[in-house]
Amino acid sequence: MKPHRRRKLYFLLFLLLSSGGAIALTLMALTENINLFYSPAEIVSGVAPVNKRIRAGGMVLEDSIFRSESDLEVRFIVTDLQGSEFTIFYTGILPDLFREGQGVVARGALNEDGDFLAEEVLAKHDENYMPPEVMDVIDQAHGDLQK
Amino acid sequence: MITELGHFSLILALGLSLVLTLLPAWGVQTGNITLMQCGDSIAKGLFFFLLLAFLSLCYAFVVDDFSVNYVASNSNSALPPYYKISAVWGAHEGSFLLWTLVLGGWTFAVTLFSRDLSVDMRARVLSILGFLAFGFTLFSLLTSNPFERSLPVFPGEGNDLNPLLQDFGLIVHPPMLYIGYVGFAVPFALAIATLWSGRLDMAWARWSRPWTNVAWAFLTVGITLGSWWAYYELGWGGWWFWDAVENASFMPWLVGTALIHSLASTEKRAVFKTWTVLLAISAFALSLLGGFLVRSGVLTSVHAFAQDPQRGMYILIFLIIVVGGSLALYAVRAQGIKSNTTFSWSSREAMILVNNLLLVVATAVVLLGTLYPLAYEAVSGGKKLSVGPPYFNAVFVPVMVVLFVFMALSQRSRWKDTTLDVLLKRQGFYVIGSMGTAALLMFTLATFKSYVLLISTIAFWIFANLLENVLQRFKRRRWEWGSMFAQPLSYYGMLLGHLGMVVMMIGICCTVYYSVERDLRMAPGDELELAGYQFKFVEIRQINGPNFISDQAEISVTRNGQDVISLFPEKRLYSARGSVMTEADIDPGLFRDLYVALGEPLTQSAWGVRIQIKPFVRWIWIGGLLSALGGILAVGDKRYRRSRRKDSSNFLKI
Amino acid sequence: MITNKSLIIPLVLFSSLAVLLWRSFSLEDPSLLPSQLLDKPFPEFNLEDLHSSTRIRNADDLLGDVSLVNVWATWCVNCLIEHPVLTRIAQGGVGIVGINYNDDLKKALVWLDQYGDPYTFHIRDNKGTLAIDLGVYGAPETFIVDESGTVRYRHIGVVTEEVWMEKLLPVINLLRGNSA
Repeated sequence: MKPHRRRKLYFLLFLLLSSGGAIALTLMALTENINLFYSPAEIVSGVAPVNKRIRAGGMVLEDSIFRSESDLEVRFIVTDLQGSEFTIFYTGILPDLFREGQGVVARGALNEDGDFLAEEVLAKHDENYMPPEVMDVIDQAHGDLQK
Repeated sequence: MITELGHFSLILALGLSLVLTLLPAWGVQTGNITLMQCGDSIAKGLFFFLLLAFLSLCYAFVVDDFSVNYVASNSNSALPPYYKISAVWGAHEGSFLLWTLVLGGWTFAVTLFSRDLSVDMRARVLSILGFLAFGFTLFSLLTSNPFERSLPVFPGEGNDLNPLLQDFGLIVHPPMLYIGYVGFAVPFALAIATLWSGRLDMAWARWSRPWTNVAWAFLTVGITLGSWWAYYELGWGGWWFWDAVENASFMPWLVGTALIHSLASTEKRAVFKTWTVLLAISAFALSLLGGFLVRSGVLTSVHAFAQDPQRGMYILIFLIIVVGGSLALYAVRAQGIKSNTTFSWSSREAMILVNNLLLVVATAVVLLGTLYPLAYEAVSGGKKLSVGPPYFNAVFVPVMVVLFVFMALSQRSRWKDTTLDVLLKRQGFYVIGSMGTAALLMFTLATFKSYVLLISTIAFWIFANLLENVLQRFKRRRWEWGSMFAQPLSYYGMLLGHLGMVVMMIGICCTVYYSVERDLRMAPGDELELAGYQFKFVEIRQINGPNFISDQAEISVTRNGQDVISLFPEKRLYSARGSVMTEADIDPGLFRDLYVALGEPLTQSAWGVRIQIKPFVRWIWIGGLLSALGGILAVGDKRYRRSRRKDSSNFLKI
Repeated sequence: MITNKSLIIPLVLFSSLAVLLWRSFSLEDPSLLPSQLLDKPFPEFNLEDLHSSTRIRNADDLLGDVSLVNVWATWCVNCLIEHPVLTRIAQGGVGIVGINYNDDLKKALVWLDQYGDPYTFHIRDNKGTLAIDLGVYGAPETFIVDESGTVRYRHIGVVTEEVWMEKLLPVINLLRGNSA
């Protein structure tokens, strides 16, 4: 093999290996950091994984918000309006548009008791806004009821 | 009446943009000089009517004409006058009109500052810009007409502007961002015109450089202001969220940065010709993609406008025509163009190649993370997921770190050939010196963090190389003071652009690693000690604003018994919409911000409070603004004006 | 003609991106939202009239003529936008029944006082129970109910002049034509 050919081969090999490695690392980071969304029904029925970071949401049930007397701990019940509900525990400041009867999406993990420990509670910045995930939840639950 | 005038102007603009697309192009095809030249006056007319349409809409806002639907949904008679103006671009219809106006403005600017461009090239460029304006205006009229009225019955009072947008940041952030976004249309049009004419030469690159710089600088300012606005207005002190819409503006910025560098090498050394054209097309394509993502509602984000499938479909079709057409033209017309110049692997060309590759990889990383939810949904049949910020941080940041290492190394590189000896001389010393300085500062001022050490070492290293660059020039001019002010403006621009990045790096790593934050429950009299500061919750009271009522807390801050400041964070209730807004209060400083925000009332007197100390957070935005200033400075270089005249002779062979 | 094939790569990449965008886009088209209630009887309810807490409204009140059922609230920004359009529709002789959704009674009455009340009557759904049965996402939403109390159409979002002329009116004309 001529020297410049060999150099070219090494170069291509290097390029291939490094780009392959970079792509593999990127995809790994991607799969580790995606948060799947689960509906109340999926959480109640045990479809949702335990102790894994996921997102979950639905409508905040009326009169279900309880605050701690001493710190910022709060818990509330999230429902799909058709009978499936679960409790979210959160410590911190809730977003401005968090209200009873409104849609909410939380990021966190489910524990063995079926309670959702939220790291973050998301609400969007428009009072008419319904998170699309919650829309799906209502649609599905409603559809099941009609059957 | 004025509203109808605006509507009519917009229709006239549509007609003019169609004429602008066709006539000059026809002139080019038939060799008719008169037709080619008519583009100038049509472009001016187009801008005039777009401006008239825009001013009419402003007028409707100023006089509270609630018979116009768009005004009724986004304004209110109690809204302060300056917010009435910014409310014009507070929602989809008006902001798109602004977007269209900005394109008209850029087209107008091309007619003003392109006297040296040959007649046929100018005709091609204007024709392409005319086509884009046609697409935008048609979109505005068909799917998002801001002049629609509801008559004879209309609301007596408007809905008010979303309180989140009632802010100084919103007055300036969108126009800056749009000028940047849309500005990439000019290098895009130049690239397409070049492919169309088949004369891909260095003059093209020289031509594109100032336009690209200005667009890039505005985009930089726009993104910086957006980050600053999010920091103080979204209420919680974050300055970058990897939100889909932020990413949409960030991707054109990354590619635009690559374009600025690659244009330099194409102009100076006639290398990477086709690659540079591809970057010019991509920068604008990503701007359009951003527009699609924001306005179609396929991605959810705090910034997204209301979902409307018709709008999304229109933009998608336009995107496919413009970008697909351009890339097809590229595939056919860029054939056979070769760079005959050679360069060594340690030359400036090679450095720019590395810069380009890394920036494109970074863009791909952001694009993947932004579109992955869409791809997953399409494959899984509607299951939703989100990609969290950790993905972006884990992949994007390392790419940037490598990029910054090369930024330091490249300062000394010369065109064509730089020996490794020259490139690496004293660099080991610089690295050790930078690391020493960084470590020393860290140990005296803060705690040790290995990432901060890494990033600030690189930052100081880049700074050392920039400084050396200046001193070398100075030395060559025999240390004459006057020579320091006689350098070409583009040189200062280059220095400032890179210096801005150094400042930003320091800001980012200090903010990320040294910020302290506490969420707690506070009642009057309660105190908190955080990082040497004492925060005392003094009282909470009600105050009235022009269109809101507010619970205002007083929190006094002391340090070692000395008064620092009293902060007054608020929780506002905007009466027209009944929406609640958090107004944080910030004590800004060059080295630290004290940031206090009210959560929600917990009992009669106790509130949830978030208290943060954010060191060096201002440096992030100062760095961004410095970089943008560098980009603008480079455009003022006399070299462009002089040499352009010389080169334009190449174009005059019709 | 095309000697350098690598120049086609960007076009190929973009095409696949375009296919992805197109696909995800058609998946999420909110205008095609199905209503599970379509062509089913309006759900049963027993709720107070907004103007009089003693007057109980139920599904029988919807019988007799084709009517619009409009979900609204004072906290709903867009309800104010469609209000003039609804007023005109009512003036044109189509009965509109309001569902006041998750709202404060006092505020609702003030709102109607201020902007006018073109509705035939309002159902006070302050717990959102009827809205749940209807599968409502939020306000505003508008249903068309025929003279036998069957849900015939659902529109999500603001009723504009355009929506009225192009979507709602044709359905109403059709329904009235059938019964005539």
